[in-house]
Formats: sequence, C-alpha cells, structure tokens
Amino acid sequence: MLFVVSRVGSGVVTLLLLSMIAFVGAEILPGNPARAILGMDASEDAVAALTVQLGLDRPPLERYFEWLINALQGDFGISYAQRAPVAELIATSGGRSLLLGLVTLGIIVPFSILTGLWAAQREGSLGDRIITFGGMSLMVVPGFVVAIVLILLLGMAFPVFPITAMPPPGASLFTQIYYLLLPALVLSTTLFGYLARVVRANALDVYRSEYVRTAALKGLSPRAVMRRHVFKNAMAPSMIVIATQVGYLLGGLVIIEKIFNYPGLGVLMLRAAEYNDMPVLEAGIMLIGVVYVALTLCADLLQRAMDPRLSRAAS
Amino acid sequence: MSMTVQNSTPTRSVLTKVPRVSPGFVIACAVFGFWVVAALFGMLLVPHDPFEVQLNRSLLPPDFTHVFGTDNLGRDIFSRVIVGSRDILSVAFFAALIGTLLGTVVGLSMGYFRGILDNVLSRIAEAVISVPGVIIALLLIAAVGRSNVALIGVIAFEFMWVVARTVRAAVLQEAAKDYVLAAQVRGDGALNVMLRELLPNIFPIVVVEFTVRMTFAVFAVANLSFLGFGVQPPAPDWGLLVAESYGLLVAGFWWTALFPTLAIASLVISIYIIANEANRWLSGASLPD
Repeated sequence: MLFVVSRVGSGVVTLLLLSMIAFVGAEILPGNPARAILGMDASEDAVAALTVQLGLDRPPLERYFEWLINALQGDFGISYAQRAPVAELIATSGGRSLLLGLVTLGIIVPFSILTGLWAAQREGSLGDRIITFGGMSLMVVPGFVVAIVLILLLGMAFPVFPITAMPPPGASLFTQIYYLLLPALVLSTTLFGYLARVVRANALDVYRSEYVRTAALKGLSPRAVMRRHVFKNAMAPSMIVIATQVGYLLGGLVIIEKIFNYPGLGVLMLRAAEYNDMPVLEAGIMLIGVVYVALTLCADLLQRAMDPRLSRAAS
Repeated sequence: MSMTVQNSTPTRSVLTKVPRVSPGFVIACAVFGFWVVAALFGMLLVPHDPFEVQLNRSLLPPDFTHVFGTDNLGRDIFSRVIVGSRDILSVAFFAALIGTLLGTVVGLSMGYFRGILDNVLSRIAEAVISVPGVIIALLLIAAVGRSNVALIGVIAFEFMWVVARTVRAAVLQEAAKDYVLAAQVRGDGALNVMLRELLPNIFPIVVVEFTVRMTFAVFAVANLSFLGFGVQPPAPDWGLLVAESYGLLVAGFWWTALFPTLAIASLVISIYIIANEANRWLSGASLPD
C-alpha cells in the first residue's frame, strides 16, 4: 500500500515538473498571442483588450497557477488558432489517435511476444540474429522511412491496403480499422524489434534458471516448459517495457499521422506548433505525460501482482 | 602522492586487447565514412548543381544522367542527397556531443553529491523523458525559432537528461570503491575527485553513450526536418527532401522520396552498428535494453 502511495506521489511530482517545462516553453515564445488570434488587421485597441481578457498582462507565476487549476478541472483554455476549447480539440483528435494506437497494439503485442519467445528458443541461430539485429535497426530508423517503404510495397506495388488513413465519412468501425491497418503496421514495425528483444532477453533469463532445467529433466516436453514456465515468468518483466513503449508510440504518432494525413493528436500538436498555438501544445504534452505516467504506474503494479517476490522484497 | 593515486586507481585494459572485427562493422564504417566524406566535400563530388532548377526536366525517372532521377523542379536528386548529408551529420554530431558533455557533468554531480540535488534533478529528468523527444522538441523549437542552432540546443537539452541518468548510475557504482574513498580521505576536493578519479573510470561508458546518442540524434534530426521543425529550406536536407516529395508517391513518382529515405536508413543503421560494436569492446556486452 505504501508502495502504491509513493509511486502515485512521484508520478504527480513528475507531471507537475512537466507542466512547468511546458509552461516555460510557452512563456519564452516571442510575439503576442492576442495579435496572433486577431490577425494582422486588428487594431491596437482590440489587441490590448484581448490581452487583458486572456489575462496575459498578469505576472507569469499567477497565470501558471490559474492554468494549472483550470487544467485540473479539464479546462485547457481556448485554442489561439482554431478558436475552439482546447479540451474539445484534444478529445476529438485524441480519440482518433487512441483507435490507431489500439490497432497498433493489437498487431504488435502478440507478434513481438511470439517472435521474442521463438528467438529465445533458438538463441544464437541465424533466425535469432536476424530478429535481434533487424528489429533494432528498424527501431533506430525514423518512422517515415519505414512508412515510405511500406507504402511503396503494400500500398502501391502490391496494393493490399488503402494508403490514406481516413475512411469515407460514415464508415463502420470495421472499415475504419481496415483503413488504419497500414499506418498501424508502420508503427508496429518501428517498435516491434525493441519489444521482441525485451521479451527474448527475459525469456532467456528464465531458460537459464534452475527450475526450467528441473522441469526439462523431469521429462516435461519443450512445449510444456515454454507454456507453463517460460511464458508466464518472462511476461511479468516484459509488461513494464511494453507499457513504457506505449508512451513512445505517441511520439511516432506525429510522424505517422502526418504522412497518412490522419487528423489525430499528433497532427493536432504539429499544427499547434506551426501556428504557435501554445494552449493546445501545453494540453497535448500534459495528456501524453499523464498517459505515460499512468501506464508505467499500472505496469509497476501489474508486475508486482504477477511476481509476489517483488513486494515481499520491499516489505 | 602521485604514486598513491596510480596504485589506488584500477587500470582498465579495455583498449589494450585487439578486438575481433565483424564484417558488419566494416561495412558500417565504410557507409558512415562515405557520408562523412559527402558531408565534408559534397559540392565537389556531385555531377549536377543540386540547387539548379530545370522545369523542363522535372520528375524524370532514374537514368544514366540522373541516377536517382529529378524532383518536381527538375533538380538532380542524387546531387541533392549527397550534399544533403552535411546538415544532418553536423547537427547530429554537435547535438550528441553537447548533450553528452552536459549530461556527464550533471550525472557526475548527481551521483557524487546525491541528496537533494540528485533528487530534484532526477525528477526533472523523469519529467523530460516522460514525453517523447519529438513532442518536447516541437514545443521548444516553436518557442525559440527554427534554425540549426536551435535544433542542436533542443536535442542536446533532451539528451542531457538521458546521459545524466546513465552517468549517475555509473558513478553510484564507482563511488563506493576504495580509490574514491582514498582520494576523499587524503583531502581531495569534490571537483578533483569527480574529474581525476571518477571520470577516467566511467569514461568508457561516456564514450558508448555518445555513440548511442549519435544514433538517436540522426533519428531526431531526420524526424524534425520531416515535420518542418528541423533543418530549413533551401538546404537539401534528407528529412526535408522526403517531406517535400512523399505526396508524389501516390502519383507513382517513387524515386523522389525513396532515395533520401534510403540515405537516412543507411546512415542511422551504420551509426547504430558502430555504437553497438563500440559498446561490445568497451563493456563486453551488447547494448542494454
């Protein structure tokens, strides 16, 4: 219990610091937001009036706390560029990104676990080396590189998938997912190697343990050893890595959404950065931070639930 | 006194053993070397002027005059790719270098002084790392303006925290050892202990971290340029080349985006192989997960 409290506490501290970084970033931005909203033709008086209305004439510290308190209530202010409540914009585009993220996870989690375990069973073989090295190479290559190769391969040379991510309006969920398969495949490709490698490393640890040797010596088939011992014990430590990588999925989203022209959170933040739309950027960064902190927290707790040794060691 | 220092400092023979060189490493060095030469002497090597617009020769597929074809303004893509290596390599190099240097200083102080300083800096590091680098970079570059210097600064800032965490962990392992204790007992100041005793012993880790950062710096520059927040036009940067031309893929002009794409892949993978090999030599293990 103490562990849960202290983990939640440190997550809150992390998010507070992140909000300060986001606020300072927005604060050093040159130019007057009121002028940006009203455009070049607006009169000086109108700009001055809006500056007061937005509260931009007050000291930064005061505005930070006001922003923070409003943000905690779900009010992230008004977008400078789109003149709509930031929370609404974030919710609409975030929903689209969530769908893309879920389709990606649906592909990558089973696939990387299976290949990771497969490679661990054949440690040192050619197949193992191809997976380990190839997977890591795909991770360091930028997402748009993978996207272009896959668009050329699966969208044009062998047109299996549509190459735009947005289905015609009114499409069913099934059609939406079909349109998202290619972008999700690109995201999966960039993350796959890393996750498969983590699963492989954890499975190898288990393979080298004495209880697996005992299980093999008492005559359990390799398949049963894998199912009953390796799979279960390798999953717990792999969980936490998969959870943290989901956070990084959000970084890849910006690139993939741009290339597939998919109006999700990534594209929203990219447009916000282009138009110096700081309320949207700040809110987006905080949302991603919350997702990351929450996921790592869940992974930590889940890992403890799956591996009682951890909580016993702590107490 | 100097005798004591030598005796109390464990010598690492990391560089005295001649490592076995894998063929993959040789190829990676050749590819990386090729791009370094291209970055340094690009304009002298190219067959065409990479900036010359010839509208009557636009979007020609690859042939013997234009081996990578031409773009929508009739510019030679091969020449643009060769010359385009300069920005990404120099920005990535300086970003990785500055990030590693600052991160080493911060990490040394965190690991050596511990306490409140360590606590506060660790939390900041965690906050920065909790959001994907490209998103923090969008915010900061939007704030300070788009230029190569801003790009170097922002990437170095992000890397600093990652490097600091690695260095801190290494310092914590070393700090309990006798030679550090000996130096403290004989009255060496904190700065002396950090720079003369600790730094030489964690130096291999710093070198490996630099090579790894170099990989991710290329990754970051390419991504940000593609998004329009990295190297700015008219530079023929690879990420920019892809951003300008990927829309033409659908129309069947595959060469405009494919060749800069492959250039990025070759550079980043070659640096990654070199980083991995450097790590194997210096620590006897492959890269940590």
